[in-house]
Amino acid sequence: MDLSLSDEQKQLQDAAERFVRDKYTFENRRKIAATEKGWLAENWTQMAELGWLGMAFSEEDGGYGGGPIETMIVMEQFGKGLVLEPFLPTVVLGGGMIAKAGSKAQKEALLPPMIEGKKQFAFAWLERQSRYNLADVSLKATKEGSGWSLAGHKGVVYNAVSADNIIVLARTSGGAREEKGLTLFVVDGKAKGITRRDYPTQDALRASELTFDKVSVGADAVLGKVDDAFGVVEDAVDHAIVALCAEATGCMDAINAATLEYIKTRKQFGVPIGKFQVLQHRMVDCFTNAQEARSMTLMASLKIDDKDPVVRRKAASGAKVQIGKSGKFCGQSAVQMHGGMGVTDELSVSHYFKRLTMIDLMFGNQQHHLTRYSNLAMAA
Amino acid sequence: MDLALKPEHKAFADEVRAFARANLSPATKAKTFSGKHYDKDDHIQWQKALGQQGWLAYTWPKKYGGPGWDVTQRFLFENVLAEEGAPRIIPFGPKMVGPVIYTFGTDEQKERFLPGIRSSEVSWCQGYSEPGAGSDLASLRTRAVRVEDALGDHYIVNGQKTWTSFAHWGDWIFCLVRTNPDAKAQEGISFLLIDMRTPGVTVRPIIMLDGAHHVNDVFLDNVKVPVANRIGKEGEGWTCAKFLLANERLGIAEVPASKRGVRSLRDIARAEPQGGATLADDPAFTAQIADLDLQVQALEMSELRALSTMALGGAPGPEVSTLKIRGSEIQQRIAELTMEAVGEYAAPYQPGMLFQDTNETPVGPDHAPPAAPRYFNFRKTSIYGGSNEIQKNIVSKMVLGL
Repeated sequence: MDLSLSDEQKQLQDAAERFVRDKYTFENRRKIAATEKGWLAENWTQMAELGWLGMAFSEEDGGYGGGPIETMIVMEQFGKGLVLEPFLPTVVLGGGMIAKAGSKAQKEALLPPMIEGKKQFAFAWLERQSRYNLADVSLKATKEGSGWSLAGHKGVVYNAVSADNIIVLARTSGGAREEKGLTLFVVDGKAKGITRRDYPTQDALRASELTFDKVSVGADAVLGKVDDAFGVVEDAVDHAIVALCAEATGCMDAINAATLEYIKTRKQFGVPIGKFQVLQHRMVDCFTNAQEARSMTLMASLKIDDKDPVVRRKAASGAKVQIGKSGKFCGQSAVQMHGGMGVTDELSVSHYFKRLTMIDLMFGNQQHHLTRYSNLAMAA
Repeated sequence: MDLALKPEHKAFADEVRAFARANLSPATKAKTFSGKHYDKDDHIQWQKALGQQGWLAYTWPKKYGGPGWDVTQRFLFENVLAEEGAPRIIPFGPKMVGPVIYTFGTDEQKERFLPGIRSSEVSWCQGYSEPGAGSDLASLRTRAVRVEDALGDHYIVNGQKTWTSFAHWGDWIFCLVRTNPDAKAQEGISFLLIDMRTPGVTVRPIIMLDGAHHVNDVFLDNVKVPVANRIGKEGEGWTCAKFLLANERLGIAEVPASKRGVRSLRDIARAEPQGGATLADDPAFTAQIADLDLQVQALEMSELRALSTMALGGAPGPEVSTLKIRGSEIQQRIAELTMEAVGEYAAPYQPGMLFQDTNETPVGPDHAPPAAPRYFNFRKTSIYGGSNEIQKNIVSKMVLGL
């Protein structure tokens, strides 16, 4: 057993740290968030040049042969800076599904440009009724000549506004909430029949409601096998969850550091408030929570490519439960210990708090993943 | 001892309900139930209606123009108005400075200030906290120097107040100021009423994490305040401050709003789809609502016990701090569970749905837009009115003798 980073991984960590330090001061981030797309092309290009957009892909796919640990390293630093570039929807989800399920032609057409920073993706799975059930899909794809026609609605699709391609989860057969009968389609982001309603999210990302009004796609738009997408989607989402956990770990480190600094300097009753035992203990609990979050994230990153699907699922859900719990504790505590300043837009604390809150709600909150983990563990 | 209402109290509740239905604007009421922010007119229009009825200063004795209600009537009044979707009465005039003025003020001051508070003609705000004086309120540094000149006897006030709710709507601000810098912290403080239109008063908005503007910085730069605007003796402002804070803590538990919150949470659970049924069919979720429901009941009963003591002539003791602690935690938990009920549709940030009159349909269900902002914003409840850490210090010292 060895839990230390290799020299190459340390270099990656240093580079990501440097990127966040240079590009994501709090004031810079505010400016980036206020741009129309909500992210910067020059940052995206730099990520491509640094090799981050391809690091987790095999050399065969045009990548650099890394994996979940590399993703973890970068996402953690992104969490520290609350980075806004669409790495998760493009690389982890979009790229991940294409690499796993794509045909040779699809991979060749999509992955190299993504790795070079020239293509972005979005993943449209959620619908109004879905909650956290990946199989609760009613957007319908019906045969139309040699191709397909898509009709229905998708919600809270992150990065749809910038995506060159939207990967759409559709029902091709089977009843409501059946895992069998789901199919993935790679659809041009500007395809005729797609109507977008764009909005910012609580944590300054961009998402959209998408309406598909008879959107025609060719047979070559099918990603993977018809009716058989559930496994691919579940695995991609579990990978995304682990990446989000790493991001949350970075958020927690940053918010804890800011809080520690604040309670050391903010004076009331003639002393720094960090001298009060009640705050000392709370700060220790924050520190412990972040430690546990880091541990569970590492565990999940090491297990998420395991051969046994049950091991993978348990790892993702287990880590997500921890991140939900720790993120809430660190976020709420940081705001509380900052007092009134913590609930203003002015300090970074509230922005980390909002991101941690939204991470809990993405792809299933703490309660959802506790139930999923429990069911998996009881079935074993 | 009896929990049941007497017939005259039932009739009273009916009267209050009928009044709310006749006088509360439907648009304001709709904002309450959709979680939209009120504007100044929503508040003032409603408060003026209450004022005309003689009900705005509903905790005041008859002697000062209040209705002289008993504890049960006050309780019913608050609950019925919350059920009917009335905005919370902005407390700074009728609940805070009003009682300070009729308790510590001169007859002249009572005549001058109480009518405007009772009618809501005059809006008040509270100048307590400062950038360096939050939990440690007594360390406040806003300085008032007494000067006598040809224009009369007055103070020149310099300093900064912060977290001042509704200062941008306020006509007057009541301030704690330091009149004697050499006295011990709590002894050199005086209680001043300042007209916001006085030259030297500047208000700067503070934007909260949900994008809302309720609180402000208030800068006082050589502000001239007549000595006649001081309540109580010079250097005895802390007595007024403490009296006011105890009153503040009593109302801050927001039990009626939390009861409404639990009801609304159940409605949302019934409307939120999950697995072909709704969240209301998920026992793991509904049990969490039940848990909250019971917490609200315990809080309400504790508040009633405190009020009942007061009705027998007792003053609200330091144990009211526990009501503030639990009240804030419960409000936060309701907001949190409401956001969790909405799930991923809590993510879209829709300020238009929160702050403006709009005909646009929201992204997601109608209850989605305020869910996350409210959760974020309600973190303030365990910070304002004396942080929960401070409240626990009060209980441990004053109640438990630790």
